[in-house]
Amino acid sequence: MPTKATTRAPSLLIKGGHLIDPAAKINAAMDILLRDGRVAEVAPPNKIRAGAEEKFDARGLIVAPGFIDLHVHLREPGQSYKETIASGTAAAAAGGFTAVCTMPNTVPVVDTEDWVVWLRSPERSALVNVFPIAAATRGSRGSALTDFVTLQHAGAVAVTDDGKPILDDEIMRAALRLGAELNLPVVQHAEDTRLTENCSMHEGPTSFRLGLRGMTSAAEASIVDRDVTLAQQIRESRLHVAHLSTADALKAVRRGKRAKARVTCEVTPHHFTLLDENVGEYDTNFKMNPPLRSASDREAILVALADGTVDAIATDHAPHAAHEKQVEFERAAFGITGLETALALAITKLHRDHKIPLTRIVELFTSGPARVFDLRGRGSLVKGNFADATIFDPKKRWTFEVAKSRSLSRNTPFDGWQFTGKVVATVVGGKIAYRSN
Amino acid sequence: MQRLPFFAMNKPPRGSLLGIEHMASEEILDLLKLARRMNPLKARPLLRNRRIVLLFYEASTRTRSSFEIAAKSLGAITTLVQSSGSSIEKGESLLDTGYTLRAVGADVIVIRHPSAGAPHLMASHLDIPVINAGDGMHEHPSQALLDAFTILKYKRSFKDLHVAIIGDIYHSRVTRSNCHLLTRFGAKITLCGPPEFVPEIASTLVPGLRITRHIEEALRGVDVIMLLRLQKERLAGQKIRLQDYIAHYQMTAARLQLAKRDAIVMHPGPIIRGLELTAEVADGAQSVIVDEVHNGVPTRMAILARALGKAK
Repeated sequence: MPTKATTRAPSLLIKGGHLIDPAAKINAAMDILLRDGRVAEVAPPNKIRAGAEEKFDARGLIVAPGFIDLHVHLREPGQSYKETIASGTAAAAAGGFTAVCTMPNTVPVVDTEDWVVWLRSPERSALVNVFPIAAATRGSRGSALTDFVTLQHAGAVAVTDDGKPILDDEIMRAALRLGAELNLPVVQHAEDTRLTENCSMHEGPTSFRLGLRGMTSAAEASIVDRDVTLAQQIRESRLHVAHLSTADALKAVRRGKRAKARVTCEVTPHHFTLLDENVGEYDTNFKMNPPLRSASDREAILVALADGTVDAIATDHAPHAAHEKQVEFERAAFGITGLETALALAITKLHRDHKIPLTRIVELFTSGPARVFDLRGRGSLVKGNFADATIFDPKKRWTFEVAKSRSLSRNTPFDGWQFTGKVVATVVGGKIAYRSN
Repeated sequence: MQRLPFFAMNKPPRGSLLGIEHMASEEILDLLKLARRMNPLKARPLLRNRRIVLLFYEASTRTRSSFEIAAKSLGAITTLVQSSGSSIEKGESLLDTGYTLRAVGADVIVIRHPSAGAPHLMASHLDIPVINAGDGMHEHPSQALLDAFTILKYKRSFKDLHVAIIGDIYHSRVTRSNCHLLTRFGAKITLCGPPEFVPEIASTLVPGLRITRHIEEALRGVDVIMLLRLQKERLAGQKIRLQDYIAHYQMTAARLQLAKRDAIVMHPGPIIRGLELTAEVADGAQSVIVDEVHNGVPTRMAILARALGKAK
């Protein structure tokens, strides 16, 4: 009697590639054998004796631990016209991601155990690992904490009210306290919404010229500043700053890190690539929250990506339907898709243009994010870890065409962009989940 | 991606007027020249049977009526569509409204909208010219053109003309358009108002803009004074006391003395007597406020003729 096709992957030998595994301090030619969903062996070329049912020829390619995206909106439950777990994880696989952490600002908000379980159910047909992040407050309304214990038990890897900040001082303090007891990170969407009402882009010369209300960078920095102070005061609390976008917020994060507080942060590819002025004449594919910032903010982010202040690159993949974007700029939905362009942007912008080493870029996609949410057995390809790997060609030149995107949505500013660096294959649990043609 | 109708295109259709910022200098001068040849009382029916839709999502007296009279003087048919009483109230999107108006046979859409960039959105999806009659805080190009037309009736050229713009610069689309137009031709502009209305960032709009908080400093020796309407609710929002604002920034006959003797006083309207200016100034010999309204008609005749390729 045939067993379910999903139960076991054939063993896979990734042969001839160059392994970059920053956590294991490996940057050398290595063969990798994956068996039963785990890493069975990592050895120099042609040293692996054990046979494999399948082989992947990785000559000329970089093999890395599977990429982890700490910040995606897959829109289920409730908004499957924008994206589904199935379509979003297909886009993730195409972008080299083997694990994604889903944000809870769905309809309804993921604030109960049942929804966390629902998200992780095999019926969602996820192509990569899905780690739900649960709401920090009930309905993400910011007034009463959710049941962290139950949510964590059901599989939530962190809590957040993303899309909105946890604004109230007492609530934030309570969240960090409870998080500290459970070793559960609290993810903050740092925006003092009292300062950003009706704003649709960064406050600066461009917003003034376009006649759009601008979000001051202080609205982000002040919240990060407060949160870092709280995190310093509450022993063992874990604060993670989502989609950090300003130089001033980075200063606060550095302060926390110097004080040995457990403060981490992520940066998106669009914030290290684009500027507020790229909004052009009201192109809503350049509208996101936090908004594209000034040149000095981007410069500070590039420095922080290089020097280790930033822990992870996260996409903030935020799909929206055309009718939500083809409207007046001020009415358009915030957010862009990002899963399929993240690695290409990192290699093109960070490595090619700014000379950040590939090892550091791989770290920002693998061991960095794995540490932020304690994703055990991931972020490194050492023996016994999960058989998740990302194989890419750092020199391949290609053009991104949104028409070919696996996402259900098309809201990207990068359509037609020429990139250096392309995902060749994505291996999830020892199986090839994506292979470029 | 939502499939666009067959007539969709991405560049603004020829003849559109979306803003002054990206308009070529010669185009501006040609329009002003054409406006001088337009006489609403003796107009040739250049636009006979052309259909011009006035799509107004915001209240307007001057702009709407002068576009309508300009269109009708040239023989065009006009239709007014307002947000209340139309499908806009039922939630129809801006683009769908545009497609609908195109389908009923509009040859030009003149649009006023509270959101910056709304005319640009429409222009990038339609194949007929779109005229911006004011979009949010962004631009009001026909006002800047009629202001330029008015200035040239009283002054020989824009070169080295000293202009003071006083009031709520931040919210003012008229100011943005006027700054783009006047500095292009060599005028020197000083913006004046409290920081809440004239943020430092305003000086980045065009090169050479000067900011002062003191009306006396702004007025000394200027050729042109442009006043702006003050919305009381905005004062409240910025926590400025009305009495303080009047004390510091109201245009009075005494302050007018600081300007050149032949300085003109302009205002895009509607004016609120006793607030941003005294009745004495509004009705005084140096006020050209009514003339501006008057000049709106030939200027908009020129804009519409250009839109439909009848500018000659």
